[in-house]
Amino acid sequence: MAAIDQSKIRNFCIVAHIDHGKSTLADRIIEKTGLLTSREMQAQVLDNMELERERGITIKAQAVRIVYNAKDGNEYIFNLIDTPGHVDFNYEVSRSLAACDGAILVVDAAQGIEAQTLANVYLALDHDLDVFPVINKIDLPSAEPERVKNEIEDVIGIEAQDAPMISAKNGIGIEEVLEAVVEKIPAPKGSPDNPLQALIFDSVYDSYKGVIVFCRIMEGRVSKGTPIRMMATGATAEVVEVGYFGAGQFIPCEELSAGMVGYLTASIKNVKDTAVGDTVTDVNNPCAEPLPGYKKVNSMVYCGMYPADGAKYPDLRDALEKLQLNDASLHYEPETSIALGFGFRCGFLGLLHLEIIQERLEREYNLDLVTTAPGVIYRVHKTDGTMIELTNPSNLPDPAQIDYMEEPVVSAEIMVTTEFIGSIMQLCQERRGRYISTEYIEATRALLKYELPLNEIIYDFFDALKSRSRGYASFDYELKGYEESKLVKLDILINHDEVDALSFIVHADSAYERGRKMCEKLKDEIPRHLFEIPIQAAVGGKIIARETVKAMRKDVLAKCYGGDITRKKKLLEKQKEGKKRMRQVGNVEIPQSAFMSVLKLDDN
Amino acid sequence: MMKELSIYIHIPFCVKKCLYCDFLSFPAGEVKRGMTERKSALSGSGMVQDDIEYYVNLLCREITQSAEVYKKYHVISIFLGGGTPSLLPADRIIRIMEAVRAHYRVAEKAEITMEMNPGTIENGEPEQYITCGINRVSIGLQSADDEELRRIGRIHDYAAFLKTYDLVRRAGFRNVNIDIMSALPGQDAASYERTLRKVTALAPEHISAYSLILEEGTPLHERQSEYSFPTEEEEQEMDRLTRQYLASCGYHRYEISNYAGDGYECRHNKVYWQRGDYVGFGLGASSMVQNVRWSNPDTLESYAMYVTSAAVKCGYDGAECGQLIEVNGQEEPEAGYILHRQVLSRQEQMEEYMFLGLRMVCGVSAAKFEHIFDSPIEGVYGGTIDCLRRQGLLVRDGDGIRLTERGLDVSNYAMSQFLFD
Repeated sequence: MAAIDQSKIRNFCIVAHIDHGKSTLADRIIEKTGLLTSREMQAQVLDNMELERERGITIKAQAVRIVYNAKDGNEYIFNLIDTPGHVDFNYEVSRSLAACDGAILVVDAAQGIEAQTLANVYLALDHDLDVFPVINKIDLPSAEPERVKNEIEDVIGIEAQDAPMISAKNGIGIEEVLEAVVEKIPAPKGSPDNPLQALIFDSVYDSYKGVIVFCRIMEGRVSKGTPIRMMATGATAEVVEVGYFGAGQFIPCEELSAGMVGYLTASIKNVKDTAVGDTVTDVNNPCAEPLPGYKKVNSMVYCGMYPADGAKYPDLRDALEKLQLNDASLHYEPETSIALGFGFRCGFLGLLHLEIIQERLEREYNLDLVTTAPGVIYRVHKTDGTMIELTNPSNLPDPAQIDYMEEPVVSAEIMVTTEFIGSIMQLCQERRGRYISTEYIEATRALLKYELPLNEIIYDFFDALKSRSRGYASFDYELKGYEESKLVKLDILINHDEVDALSFIVHADSAYERGRKMCEKLKDEIPRHLFEIPIQAAVGGKIIARETVKAMRKDVLAKCYGGDITRKKKLLEKQKEGKKRMRQVGNVEIPQSAFMSVLKLDDN
Repeated sequence: MMKELSIYIHIPFCVKKCLYCDFLSFPAGEVKRGMTERKSALSGSGMVQDDIEYYVNLLCREITQSAEVYKKYHVISIFLGGGTPSLLPADRIIRIMEAVRAHYRVAEKAEITMEMNPGTIENGEPEQYITCGINRVSIGLQSADDEELRRIGRIHDYAAFLKTYDLVRRAGFRNVNIDIMSALPGQDAASYERTLRKVTALAPEHISAYSLILEEGTPLHERQSEYSFPTEEEEQEMDRLTRQYLASCGYHRYEISNYAGDGYECRHNKVYWQRGDYVGFGLGASSMVQNVRWSNPDTLESYAMYVTSAAVKCGYDGAECGQLIEVNGQEEPEAGYILHRQVLSRQEQMEEYMFLGLRMVCGVSAAKFEHIFDSPIEGVYGGTIDCLRRQGLLVRDGDGIRLTERGLDVSNYAMSQFLFD
């Protein structure tokens, strides 16, 4: 293969608010560059996990190399790097952006700028990317491209008057976008003669090749046989193969050099060794400094995951192990619950990440799971001066040993039309939000800035936001830090027995309300038994709420018709089968769904 | 010694289906096409006559050609159920009974019951039933309150019941059951007590007191929001009344829903609960003989093919279920074959022994269990029995194992414990 002219390479990504058409535009670009016929295209080539397609979001960053014959007569190599579109994956987004030299900003011609648009575009500008906008969905009847162009210029401050007007869905204006990539996105810099310095922006585990590292070569060159070292993790290996990304396949090549985007394999066994953001260098000719921006990804949200059938514990362990091969941000460790038996405490980047893992465990590994209420990591400062990070409420030390507690707080930006500002501010207040500012984007839209405790937004905040703004509000956040807070552990007692898996940490002021709702919810979830069952919520041994499941009075089949025993037996079998899906706590059978009921406490 | 057999004969016709009923029955007129209402009208209508004639012919043929299989049995009880058997003209009942008597050894003291619904009996008919050997009558009253009857879709009022009861008594029936129901829409403890008083005043030999159960697919279930049902407390009060009041009138409870004067327990029903051999004839009828359970086809077409096909396809003697075939998008057994033939395993027999036997107030015998299964009951169900005993649902006195009153109230729970995993 002939040496690649660095000036003919364009490394870029597409940023957009969810649903503004990022993946569709990516598909059209791949189509237009001729590597794939329309027939070969799956609906969205870049999202190749089944789950991603169903959810319409991109989970893992991926890349594709395509060849474009521009109007200037030259052949250009485009490396299109896809970025996850959810706040849970912000760090991965930032590393993908760092692998690019420019970005296409897609804005919906009808909806204009949204919270995520802003967050992503700021992130791109922070990485010194050259950003140019395209206006998508111009064929919609509600499209207002001129208004949106002005909005982009006013709010973001980038030139938008000559933005390509496109419809990714219908393939309108795609050529224009491709020409703009050539013109407006700079060619990569860096010299192949410098020591190797490559940025890892993703990695996947393959059972034949080991870890496949996705990287952008900033400086130097790498080829088969190069001894490499990951500068942050310290892992070393010898390169077995390098190559670039065909559409949906890995295409080996001789060498990757400065400016190029591609992959390398080196018989690495675990994605933990190839952390996103780490720098790959040559052991024999190392670079002086790693690339900036690396950080260890920490879980933000924890929950317990237990197999519904206790005998499936080893299966769950194996499944988590396999998922972790491909997902360094998934953490888990064994734990035991009195109510749920053996399981794992699992850490996730956010609630979406949690849901994705849960679904994959259930779907791909055919596991039936009981998940406990997700919580954040609290910092418990003890009177002896030590601090513990609390991921499981059951491990909260004795109150006498606790000096004070801290909880994580996020900076949130909420984009909302002015008519809903009141109700959204009220929501933020209910969730213990601290008001920072309101910025008017235009006459009818504002950007609300709040600081909110993470534990108030992890489960139903987004739903509440949508329902109180008739779907118009959009939302983005980033972790700000830890703040001291008046936190208590809320315990649930069923028939006077504390059920460890139902305990959670809550702000003292919300404890009564949450306890009451929890008891009400559990009352509906727990079937009647032969005896009366008190359900109590307690803080520090003091009962703050109570409900009662009345005793079963009558459960009888009055008549056996004409000797038809089959029906009777089916009824009894159904009754017995139902019991199997229950968890025994003391002498009470608790349905597995009850353990997740804490998730649905907001009924606004 | 000859083995004992009970016979059930199903008559699927009704004047009109009640709103709570999920039995295999249909208005007589719907057998083929739109038809008339009452039996008086039936006699004039050739069509309905043809339909009933057609069914009775099939039934008699099934009874006749199955006889060979049961030649080593003598019949200790016969039950004509429905539907509404009394909707048939008396001569058809006589023909059916003649078919049984001609081909089976019916014991001299066999209990022969026929179900009747108020308003479907004509003068002179009860006498004819007696002549053909019927010696027990079961009348479906359900309630002595006309409003309550109307709400659940009964075709008669209390006066019509009294008339039927009077006809039956005057004809000379000495063993009569009356069915009543509690937990009906709009019913309260006071009105239920009035029904109890009125019924006991008539001094029937047997009373079946059921609670209304809303079965899925019935009109009452679909439209339950339109009705006002008694509260849980009211229902409990009605149950208490049933027990106390009937006991005070000399009726002892011998099964979850059945009460009898001394010597009048229903022999036929006890065969079901004690797992005696019984064969069902007619549309959809269930049988259990020698630990094989099966059901007849439940559509008229399929039943007709089953009966008229050359081979005798008796359920327990080597007959096979039809292949499942797709009919209108649903899987059904091939026409002309019995449904769900099941040879009960030893474990299934044990389960049935317990959950059927425990329906009876006297419960089950540990010695009999050991005799049948050649294994002491403790070894099989010791843990379950202990557990239920601790919960106050079951008592063990000597050989007997029976549910307590509380155990009978929650019998579904208690019985389900005897199923194996």
